[in-house]
Amino acid sequence: MNFEDTPQEAAFRATARAWIAANAPKQYEEELRKSSLGRTQLKNANILEVAKAWQKRKADAGWACLHWPKEYGGRGSSPIERVIWQQEEGPFGKLSGMFIIGHGMCGPTMMAFAREEHKRTYLPPLASGEKVWCQLFSEPAGGSDVAGLRTRAEKDGDNWVINGQKIWTSGAHYSDYGILLTRTDPTVPKHKGLTMFFLDMKSPGVEVRPIKQASGASDFNEVYFTNVRIPDHQRLGEVNDGWNVSLTTLMNERMSIGAGVSTGFPELFDYCSSLMLDDGPAIEDRAVRSKLANWAVKASGLRYTSMRAISALSKGERPGPENSIGKLVAGSMIQDVATYALDLQGAAGVVSGPEDAELAGRFQAMLLRAPGTRVEGGTDEIMRNIIAERVLGLPGDIRVDKDVPFNKIPTKGRG
Amino acid sequence: MNFDFSDDQKQLRDQARKFLAEKCSPKAVRVVLDGKAPYDKELWKGLAEMGFLGVAIPEEFGGAGAGHLELCVIAEEMGRANAPVPFSSTVYLAAEALLIAGSDAQKKKWLPAVASGEAIGTLALFEGKGNPSPKNIKLAASGGTLTGVKKPVADGAIADFAVVAARTGSGGRDGDISLFLVDLKDGGVEVKNLTNLDPTRGQAELTFNNTKAEPLGAAGEGWSILSQVLDRAAVLCAFEQVGGSDRALEMGRDYALDRIAFGRPIGSFQAVKHMLADMYVSATLARSNSYYGAWALSTNASELPEAAAAARISATQAFQHCAKNNIQVHGGMGFTWEFDCHMYYRRANAMALGLGSLSYWEDQLIDRMRKKNAA
Repeated sequence: MNFEDTPQEAAFRATARAWIAANAPKQYEEELRKSSLGRTQLKNANILEVAKAWQKRKADAGWACLHWPKEYGGRGSSPIERVIWQQEEGPFGKLSGMFIIGHGMCGPTMMAFAREEHKRTYLPPLASGEKVWCQLFSEPAGGSDVAGLRTRAEKDGDNWVINGQKIWTSGAHYSDYGILLTRTDPTVPKHKGLTMFFLDMKSPGVEVRPIKQASGASDFNEVYFTNVRIPDHQRLGEVNDGWNVSLTTLMNERMSIGAGVSTGFPELFDYCSSLMLDDGPAIEDRAVRSKLANWAVKASGLRYTSMRAISALSKGERPGPENSIGKLVAGSMIQDVATYALDLQGAAGVVSGPEDAELAGRFQAMLLRAPGTRVEGGTDEIMRNIIAERVLGLPGDIRVDKDVPFNKIPTKGRG
Repeated sequence: MNFDFSDDQKQLRDQARKFLAEKCSPKAVRVVLDGKAPYDKELWKGLAEMGFLGVAIPEEFGGAGAGHLELCVIAEEMGRANAPVPFSSTVYLAAEALLIAGSDAQKKKWLPAVASGEAIGTLALFEGKGNPSPKNIKLAASGGTLTGVKKPVADGAIADFAVVAARTGSGGRDGDISLFLVDLKDGGVEVKNLTNLDPTRGQAELTFNNTKAEPLGAAGEGWSILSQVLDRAAVLCAFEQVGGSDRALEMGRDYALDRIAFGRPIGSFQAVKHMLADMYVSATLARSNSYYGAWALSTNASELPEAAAAARISATQAFQHCAKNNIQVHGGMGFTWEFDCHMYYRRANAMALGLGSLSYWEDQLIDRMRKKNAA
C-alpha cells in the first residue's frame, strides 16, 4: 500500500509539470478554474479553438492520448502516468471535454476493429484534436435499451445505405467523424442483427440538429441519415456482430476511469469556507458541517476507488463493472450539492446571470446540467442493475423481447 | 503508487478468514450473545496463538512486529466474523496508547501479555453522555490516585488493565488532561456490568475511589496522546466496519438469491436489486476511504487525522446502511432472534458510538480539512 509516487513516477510528474508550466494557455487558467459542471466556456474566446490549439500543442510534444500506442499518436504511458498527467494538467484538462468521446471510446474501438491503414490514417489526427469524433448509438425509441435501435443499414454493392435517426449525440455539431451502430437484420432478435461502422460526418445525407437542453445549452444533437452511403471497408467488425463491437466501446468507457468525476464538492467546500450566514460563518454552522462531511467522504471515497482501480489496471487486471459507481454516486451528489449551495444563498440563489450571481452562476449552471449526468451513458437505474447483476450476481431483469425477432417486437405501450 | 494490499497481506487475510470461519461461527457468537459467557475465551486464545493479537506489536515486546497494515487486514476479518472478543479495546485502544506513550517498563509489562492473550486492556474515557472532549472529563487525579466514575467502558468488566483519562488541571483545555495506567486486578476499582445494545462486546461502569494509578506519558499530554489513539483506532475500527458491511451485504445477496416470492427469486426484483446495489456502493466507498486511512496510519503520514475521520464516517455509515438493509431484504425473518441479521445490526450501531458519535467525527473532519486548506 503506497500512496506516494515511486521515483520514476516522481520524475514523470516533474517533467509533465515543467512542460505544462511552459506551454499551457495561462491566460485562461483563472476562468477554467472557476468553471464547473455545466459551465465550461470562455468569455472572450471560442473554447473549441482554444481546446484544439492546446490539444495540438500537447500532441506535437508527445503529451496527447497518453495511454495510446505511439504509432497512433499516443505516448504508450502507464495508467498511473495518465493519472499523474491529469493531476498536473489541472484546470487545463477541462479543455479536453470535447475530445472525451473520441479519445475514450471511438479511438479504442477503431484500434480494436479498424483496418491497419485506417488506424494509421484516422487515429493520429484524432489524438491531436485536429479531428473530433462522436458516437452515434442512442435513438429516440432506444433510451436505455440501446439494442432497440432502428437506424437501418442496407448493402448496395460495395456500400451500405443508411437511413434513420440518432439522438443525444454529444458534439455531433462539431464532429468530423463518428462511429455508428445500425440494424442490418430486423428478422433476428435485437442483439443479433446490428453492425458497426465509422463515417465522415460531412457525408451527403447526414443532417445534424442541435437539441436545446433544460440548461439552455446545446451539447447534444439529433442526427438524421437519409440515404447516407458508407463504403464496406469502413465497417467495424463482422456484419451482425455490432453488439459485441459496441460492448468493446462501452468497456473502454469504463477504462477511462481516473479522469476524475465531478462531484461539486470542492466548489461547495470553497464556497462554505468564505460564506457568512446570518449567525456567523457557514463553515462553523453545525448543520452545514454535517452536510459537508457527508459529501466529503463520498468525494474522497470515489477518488480512492478510482486509485484502487488504477492500481489494479497497472497490475494488468481489467477494470470491471464495479467502476460504474463513479457516475452513479457523483450524478446525484452534484445535483444535491448544487441545490444546497443555492439554498445557502436564500432568495438570491435564484439569480443566475454572471454579472449578478454570486460565483458567476456556477451552482445554478451545475444544477441545470446535473439531471443530464444522471442519464447520459446509462441512467442511475441502469448503473444499479449493472452492479446488482454483474458484481453481485443477481438475476437479470425479465426481458420479454430477448428471443423475439426485432420486427415482431411491439412498439407501443398503451392501446 | 500502489493502492492495494500486498500479496503477503492478502495471504494473511485469507488465513485469518479461514481461521475465523472455523472458530467463530455465528453459533459460537451466540454463546456470548445469549449471555452464557462474557467473551469467547477459546477464540481469544486461538487469536493469540495465531499471532493476531500482537501483529502490530514490535518483536521486542512479544509481538509479531508486522505492522499496522497487517492489523487492518485482521481487523476486517474480525468485523466480518462479528467476533465476540475484546479485540478493539485491547489491541486498538490500550495497546496503541502504550505504543505511543508507554515507558519501556510499561511496554515490557503489558504488551507481551496482550500479544499472548494473557491480558485484556481497555480505554476508560467516557463519563456518561457526550463525545470525546477535555471538558467532559471530570475524574480527578491527585497524588498518584484517581477518583471518579467512567462509563461506558468497552470490555471494562473483563479487562485486566485500563488506560484512564483524568483531569490534572482545572480548566477544560487539552493540557488539563493526563493519562494513567490502572491494574484492574488490584481490586481498587469497583466494576459494574452494563446491559448494552451489543452483548457480544460488553460495556461496564468503573468506579475509582482513591485508586492507585501510574502516569502514562507526560503530565498534561493526555489529550494529545488520546487524539492519536482515537485516530488510529478510527482507522482500525473502520476496517472492522468494512468487514461487517461486506458480510451483511453478502447475507442479503445470498438470501435474495434463495428466497422465492411471486414465483421468482426476490433478487430478481429491481427494488431489491437496487437496494443491494446501494449497499455495495456504500461498502465500496467505505473500503476505499479506509485504504487511504490504512496508508496514512502505516506511514504515520501528516494526512492521518483527516484520513482517519473520513474512514470513520464512511465506514460507520456503510455498516449501518448494510446492516439495516440486510434485515429489510430478509423481510420478517430478518427481524427474528433466530436469524443472524440482528447481530450485525447491533454491532453496526454499537460501533457507530464507541469512539464518539458520527456527528463528533463530522465535526473533526471539517476542522481538519479547514486546517489543511489554511496551511
